[in-house]
Amino acid sequence: MLKTFLIGIKDVRLAFRDRAALILMLAAPFVLTIGLGLVTGRFSSNTSSGISDIPVIIVNLDNDQLGNALADVFNSTDLADLLEPTTGSDSEAARKSIDEDKAAAVVIIPEGFTISIIPQQSDFANGNVVAADPVKIEVYANPSRSTGAGIVKAIVDEFLNRVEEGRISDTTSIEQLMFSGRITPQQALAAGSAASLDNQTASPASTLAVKINSSTANGDAVKFDALAYIAPAMALMFLMYTVSYGGRSILAERAQGTLPRLLVSPTNTAQILGGKVFGIFLTGTAQMLILIGASSLFFQLKWGDPLGVIVLVLAAVFGATGWGMVITAIARTSAQVANIGMSITLIFGIMGGSFINLEQMPSFVQMFSKITPNAWALDGFTTLGLGGTLTDLSAPILALVSMGSILFLVSVALFGKKNLVQK
Amino acid sequence: MSAILQVQNLVKNYGDFKAVKGVSFSIEEGEIFSLLGPNGAGKTTTISILSTLYMPTSGDTTIGGHSITKDPMGVRGIIGVVPQDLALYEDLTARENLIFWGQMYNLSGKSLTTRVDEVLEQIGLTDKAKDRVKTYSGGMKRRVNIGVGLLHKPRLLFMDEPTVGIDPQSRRAILDTVKDLNNQGMTLLYTTHYMEEAEELSHRVGIIDHGEMIAIGTQKELTQQVGEAETLILHIGENDDSEALAKTLKDIQGVQQATAVDHEVSVVCDEAEDVLAAVVTKANDRGIKIRSIDIREPNLEAVFLHLTGRALRD
Ligand SMILES: Nc1ncnc2c1ncn2[C@@H]1O[C@H](COP(=O)(O)OP(=O)(O)OP(=O)(O)O)[C@@H](O)[C@H]1O
Ligand SMILES: [Mg+2]
Repeated sequence: MLKTFLIGIKDVRLAFRDRAALILMLAAPFVLTIGLGLVTGRFSSNTSSGISDIPVIIVNLDNDQLGNALADVFNSTDLADLLEPTTGSDSEAARKSIDEDKAAAVVIIPEGFTISIIPQQSDFANGNVVAADPVKIEVYANPSRSTGAGIVKAIVDEFLNRVEEGRISDTTSIEQLMFSGRITPQQALAAGSAASLDNQTASPASTLAVKINSSTANGDAVKFDALAYIAPAMALMFLMYTVSYGGRSILAERAQGTLPRLLVSPTNTAQILGGKVFGIFLTGTAQMLILIGASSLFFQLKWGDPLGVIVLVLAAVFGATGWGMVITAIARTSAQVANIGMSITLIFGIMGGSFINLEQMPSFVQMFSKITPNAWALDGFTTLGLGGTLTDLSAPILALVSMGSILFLVSVALFGKKNLVQK
Repeated sequence: MSAILQVQNLVKNYGDFKAVKGVSFSIEEGEIFSLLGPNGAGKTTTISILSTLYMPTSGDTTIGGHSITKDPMGVRGIIGVVPQDLALYEDLTARENLIFWGQMYNLSGKSLTTRVDEVLEQIGLTDKAKDRVKTYSGGMKRRVNIGVGLLHKPRLLFMDEPTVGIDPQSRRAILDTVKDLNNQGMTLLYTTHYMEEAEELSHRVGIIDHGEMIAIGTQKELTQQVGEAETLILHIGENDDSEALAKTLKDIQGVQQATAVDHEVSVVCDEAEDVLAAVVTKANDRGIKIRSIDIREPNLEAVFLHLTGRALRD
């Protein structure tokens, strides 16, 4: 156990002394983050966001004060960059366009929505302030555009929260329920994180009815920062480089004679291989933490819940290490590991959403992305960046840990057939 | 004296290729035993098996009472290994390398750092200990490579051609270190293809060729096999055909063997004075100018020549 640890530490030290490795582990993701940040205008204005023009269909069957107010929120100029609303009149037709992937979500405001919430003057006279069960607003979400749908749902939630606040504080004035300017895109995005997670865990294409006392919305105004997507995307892409570098070092130690030397010392094979794996894991973790620290320091980037960030980093590095081991087990020479590692770094980077948001990718890419640690971890980091916490990360963490475990078993099976000693 | 190492009928095949063909020998506690043989003789293969890196195809060996096949972990604590090819982390300093390898040999804390300092002193690298190994000369790297094998004060040290490809000064230092270690009580198994090293260092020598132990014993015992024979070493010009000369020299009365290596011809003969004139005449007949001639008393080179008909270094 101690030797496993010592071998791992030795490998971290070696990795951080290798200039070529440092460039790819730290400098490349950092510089790319700056470059892509400049492209998205992160450093020139602070209102930009990584997500824009979410297609949403508003079907307002209420046509009364509150229904119109919600429709106005969706059409407000504040949200013009974020949303691309269209108005529909037929809820069935609107649902159909979701099924055809033409929009991220449909918001159906049912008939009688206003009446169900705002008591009529006559009720007041009777002292009957509490209304009957409110009519539910329906957000029909597109499962393949979970972030967009989550944001739409969050806006509705936020709206309903304000309505609820108004009801609780016994305010019935319609003016106070007119929300222009009260919901900012930032708030909507902040709320969207938690909501988008809910959508992922729900069964696909299920209809999500938003209840009036929904409390998923996060009231804090968290600014969604384009870098909150770009920085983890780049870090994760080059994490794949790091794990392949670590895998490569197993074969390199064989070629340079240090592995045979370890094997003739009073150290058993399990301790040695364990140490190598531990070294990959430690190096990857150190890389991620340094990149996270650097972007927090230099770009004032808020990564979100620290506990969530740490657990997610560990899970992501674990999943990626699994890939590093499989690559090593397949390859014959360290040069081969380097080549396969480079390809996987790029392929996983692109297919895992490091450059283009997965929601804008064809569905086969979205399917493929599920085998990459990049996609899962990026999903988790986005959630955290939008204000989510560790509790919202169960899906990506579970996926990453399972991925790592399965890949370890595969690599052990492959290593078993391979002679570690002879070249 | 008792045997610290006992090799019984060791065989190693790489696929169809027989690298070691049933070798047996033993090493007494406290001696330097050299395994002398040309390239590809099977020296490294033998050491790799004895140090528990490879399993033998058949046969076994006990080291300090532990079997290399049944109790490799028991063997590993007793032996130290200095591999033929450098096995170091070039991006670590000499000190960091020694610390790491010491830890792998279960050293820790104060005893580790004290021991590392001792070894640095012994290999003469105390001043350079904080430089990365990759900045070292070949000779310095070799010394670190040896130092790693000494950390845990092994009872038996395997050194596989530790002087290959280094300058004469470093080589001298290494040979002196080997003798020091032995004087301090360490038993050594030393492989080389340099006859002079085997002659200088060893109490006993095993001559290995094509995976077989062709002779074993003290130098005296071995040289007696060639009788009182002497060796003439003829140094000839670069453009002269040494092979052809060696062939004609074999016909001379009193010459046992004649072999060409580069621009030298070795002639094993009963009595150097008797054949000298004939040798020079033969060379002149072929138009070959002899630049100088050395006469050597019976040595291990002659033994090898006698046993195999080949020179050690070809
Ligand atoms: N892994 C291997 N697979 C196949 N053949 C091998 C392997 N290792 C060594 N050999 C062969 O076995 C023979 C003995 O090799 P070995 O390295 O033991 O010789 P050596 O005496 O150490 O030579 P040198 O002086 O060159 O180091 C050589 O012919 C070599 O080519
Ligand atoms: Mg060898």
